[in-house]
Amino acid sequence: MAKDIVCGMEIDPLSPYKSTYREETFEFCSDGCKSKFDENPQKYVNGEPQKEATYQITAKGMEKIQLPIVDMNCASCAVTIEKEIRKLPGIQKAVVNGATEKAYVEFDRSETSVTQIIGAIKKSGYKAGYATLRLGIGGMHCNSCVSKIEGELNKTSGVLSASIDLGAEVALIKYLPSEVDMPAIRNIIERLGYRTYESSGSTALPENGEKTDNQETKSQTKENPVDENQLAHEQEYKSLMRKFVFSAVVAVPVLIFSYPGLLGIAEGSVLLQWIQISMGIVTLPVMFWAGSHFYTGAWAAFKNRSANMHTLITLGVTAAWLYSTVAVLFPQIFPTEDLADIFYDVAAVVITLVNLGMAMEIRAKGRSSEAIKKLMGLQAKTARVLRNGKEMDIPVEEVVLDDVIIVRPGEKIPVDGEIVEGSSAIDESMITGESIPVEKSKGDEVIGATINKTGSFKFRATKVGKDTALSQIVQMVEEAQSSKPPIQRIVDKVSEYFVPTVMIIAIASFVIWYLIGPAPVLIYALIVAVTVLVIACPCALGLATPISLMVGVGKGAENGILIRSGEALETAQKLDTIVLDKTGTITEGQPSLTDVITTDGFNDEELMAWSASVERASEHPLGEAIIKGAEDRGITLFDPKNFNAVPGHGVEADVDGRKILLGNIKMMLDNNIDTGRLQDESVTLADDGKTPMFVAVDGRAAGIVAVADTVKPDSKEAIAQLKKMGLEVVMITGDNKRTADAIARQVGVDRVMAEVLPEDKAMNVQKLQNEGKRVAMVGDGINDAPALAQADIGLAIGTGTDVAIEAADITLIKGSLKGVVLAIQLSKATMKNIKQNLFGAFAYNTAGIPVAAGILYPFFGILLSPLIAAAAMAFSSVTVVTNANRMRKFQPKFAVTK
Amino acid sequence: MTLDELLVLIGGILLIALVVWYFWLSGSEGTRVQSGHGGLQEALIKVKGGYSPNVVVVEAGKPVKLNFLREETAACSEQVIFPDFGKQATLTPHKTIPVEFTPDSPGEYEFQCAMGMLRGKLIVE
Repeated sequence: MAKDIVCGMEIDPLSPYKSTYREETFEFCSDGCKSKFDENPQKYVNGEPQKEATYQITAKGMEKIQLPIVDMNCASCAVTIEKEIRKLPGIQKAVVNGATEKAYVEFDRSETSVTQIIGAIKKSGYKAGYATLRLGIGGMHCNSCVSKIEGELNKTSGVLSASIDLGAEVALIKYLPSEVDMPAIRNIIERLGYRTYESSGSTALPENGEKTDNQETKSQTKENPVDENQLAHEQEYKSLMRKFVFSAVVAVPVLIFSYPGLLGIAEGSVLLQWIQISMGIVTLPVMFWAGSHFYTGAWAAFKNRSANMHTLITLGVTAAWLYSTVAVLFPQIFPTEDLADIFYDVAAVVITLVNLGMAMEIRAKGRSSEAIKKLMGLQAKTARVLRNGKEMDIPVEEVVLDDVIIVRPGEKIPVDGEIVEGSSAIDESMITGESIPVEKSKGDEVIGATINKTGSFKFRATKVGKDTALSQIVQMVEEAQSSKPPIQRIVDKVSEYFVPTVMIIAIASFVIWYLIGPAPVLIYALIVAVTVLVIACPCALGLATPISLMVGVGKGAENGILIRSGEALETAQKLDTIVLDKTGTITEGQPSLTDVITTDGFNDEELMAWSASVERASEHPLGEAIIKGAEDRGITLFDPKNFNAVPGHGVEADVDGRKILLGNIKMMLDNNIDTGRLQDESVTLADDGKTPMFVAVDGRAAGIVAVADTVKPDSKEAIAQLKKMGLEVVMITGDNKRTADAIARQVGVDRVMAEVLPEDKAMNVQKLQNEGKRVAMVGDGINDAPALAQADIGLAIGTGTDVAIEAADITLIKGSLKGVVLAIQLSKATMKNIKQNLFGAFAYNTAGIPVAAGILYPFFGILLSPLIAAAAMAFSSVTVVTNANRMRKFQPKFAVTK
Repeated sequence: MTLDELLVLIGGILLIALVVWYFWLSGSEGTRVQSGHGGLQEALIKVKGGYSPNVVVVEAGKPVKLNFLREETAACSEQVIFPDFGKQATLTPHKTIPVEFTPDSPGEYEFQCAMGMLRGKLIVE
């Protein structure tokens, strides 16, 4: 058996509260003891308190501080730093010790400040080692709390700066570990009446000798909101399960003794009366402990003039218990003996079942939000940055723009950026849904939270914090989940009136049964009223849409599809026409070298080498395609000489001792070059939507190189699938009709809108809408923004890390058109799921309530038991959540196309 | 109709009338929010079986910050949603979670829990 080193209590060896100090694990009885230990483990391990802060005020009102200095590597540095510090006013003494790497300064605080001293150290080319502490603060309600805490902290000596983010409830405090320590800082905040807890790791920055100090040990406790909410769920679940077990233990015997005839106990016997009294008593803790949340929830709602599920349960249970108690204690007040019936079993069983149902619902809901939790959990915790030539691990929150970050194989890329050195294959599946790792090298964009597979590289941070692709994705997903598809507006109206209506129905049923029901009327009236109250389930109704939306939007995000709102989701499944932008959507959007044709006496390599070499001097995008094409084939290029560009014709230069001309037919004609059969070849290429360029060497036609914007590999398959789903596919482009038709033929698009100016794209979308069609526009989100906004649904094909495209209703992070198919299929699946849920919930309530009210009784003699009603109610909301969770298995369907 | 039947009938009707009046007809008054520095209008809304206050009156064009403090663990009130502003927040129990936005045009905007059982109103003037 282990012993808690803090309080000395004997504890179970499997305590969840553990802490490691100097490679030894300690266990604690509670979180309280654990945090005491974490604050100052040395005290408990060695029995000695940690060293006093080396900050003191001398007799003359002078202050002394000790500042650790980083990167001191020579004795002469000490002198430089000392000199710089002495320049400040009010400095009594400044000694820098090269061996301990510390500056000892005595100064007058009225004349100079610690910050100024640190500034002086910086000026001399070194850094004072200060530590940064992230501290979670609880109990802040407003900005005045922020300024109060900040003010108090900034007054504290040793604290260099304190800034508080009220939203995140986190304080970022820069302090000198030698002057003030974490427990002291926490103390200051707690003295002001707030709670503190360790946030995502306190870190010494930059690295210095103080880092080994216990309070600098990185905390492993994660206090970000997701985890905390998860924790709250877990606690709620456990508490409900405890309550369920307790109420079940009571409910079973109560249920059995409710049928004394079966046990051979005579009606009206003294024994039975005692049994009944005890039943009434044991049911009390079930109601007021296991069912306490119903009472508090109902009361809180009542005060707000609203009513909810708790209200209904409370009313039903209380009515059953009160009636039974009156019947047990004062049977004589009832006119006939059979009226003095008891219903303690109803009270106990209803609470038992509803507790179980609620616990199961929490479990199921946890699964529904898995996708988002997974997304939020993707964020890297630390980054290895290169600052002042030194590698250092810092929390990802402290990465700033333009930091150079080093990523090794197998590591997570912390933020968005651009590779400056090295190359690697990167697994971006978590962001784009693309399962094959992407090869990246210098100049390529990398996305935060993706995983580096093979090589090491350095990259420059271009987006940090809330601007990273991941943060934008999380934000968009959250926004979408908070939006409402139009279908939900009806539900909202219903749920607003639902609970009071149920109460009215219960009262009305009671009255009707009392007036015209069979004898004993009071019993029947009571049972019916209680059953109505218990069977009604506002939760199932209220949960139906949001839970499906949550799963659907989350599933989209998992596959690289970001749906902006519930409305977009609802519209996306009703589309008639899909307009696809050509460049960048159907095609790659970048020209590449597609064909090389040579005349006799020349070979492909030579031709490519010469033409690419000429283009090295030009900056034309088509030229770049040729260079890239040649480089990809491993061809060595030459330096061009006497380069000359002839606008509208082409370029010329001397390469490898030859005079090369590269251009269109006009250039060839101007130079009297006979193109021969190449002329026909060029026409064929142009018909295919390619751009042919003639190459002439020393006045002789040598061949053609053609470049074209190539079709993305899966565009054809995606378009075929869209057509198969009954959608009309239209291609829109600014290109000439010939090129457009060529591409359309390749991918199987029937309707082409060519030669459309960018500003007219929106108008063309509107034309289609005027044909009475619901139109989706797919484009890159930048040039096509007006068209995307005009369309019923705008789908933007994401470009790298820019995922929150304003004009788009849906963003496809992965460039593939298959995303469009997936988005539509997902919308359909989600809407279907929502409808199933709503139908189920509506049907359940509209059928269940009248049946509970006894509508079938006159015809078939059917009357529901309140016990059955409780079971039905408890599991109806679980069913809704379970149905939504089915969608987690959603898989896009692609027909095999040839 | 016997006396007890008559009493039950009248009692029932009265109860129904009470329910209708209490839950639907009597509205509560709004809490006007003072704007502090920088025109920020801040209010603390406690969440427990409902929102209190459940009507918040603010001025248009100035930033609003509503600090939600959820004083219960029941899952119902876990999220607060402002559908008109596309804002939502997951309310961690016993922690203050701020929701910030700037309402531009006057009107009445609802906020509610994920299931629409708890409701509040933001009146922008």
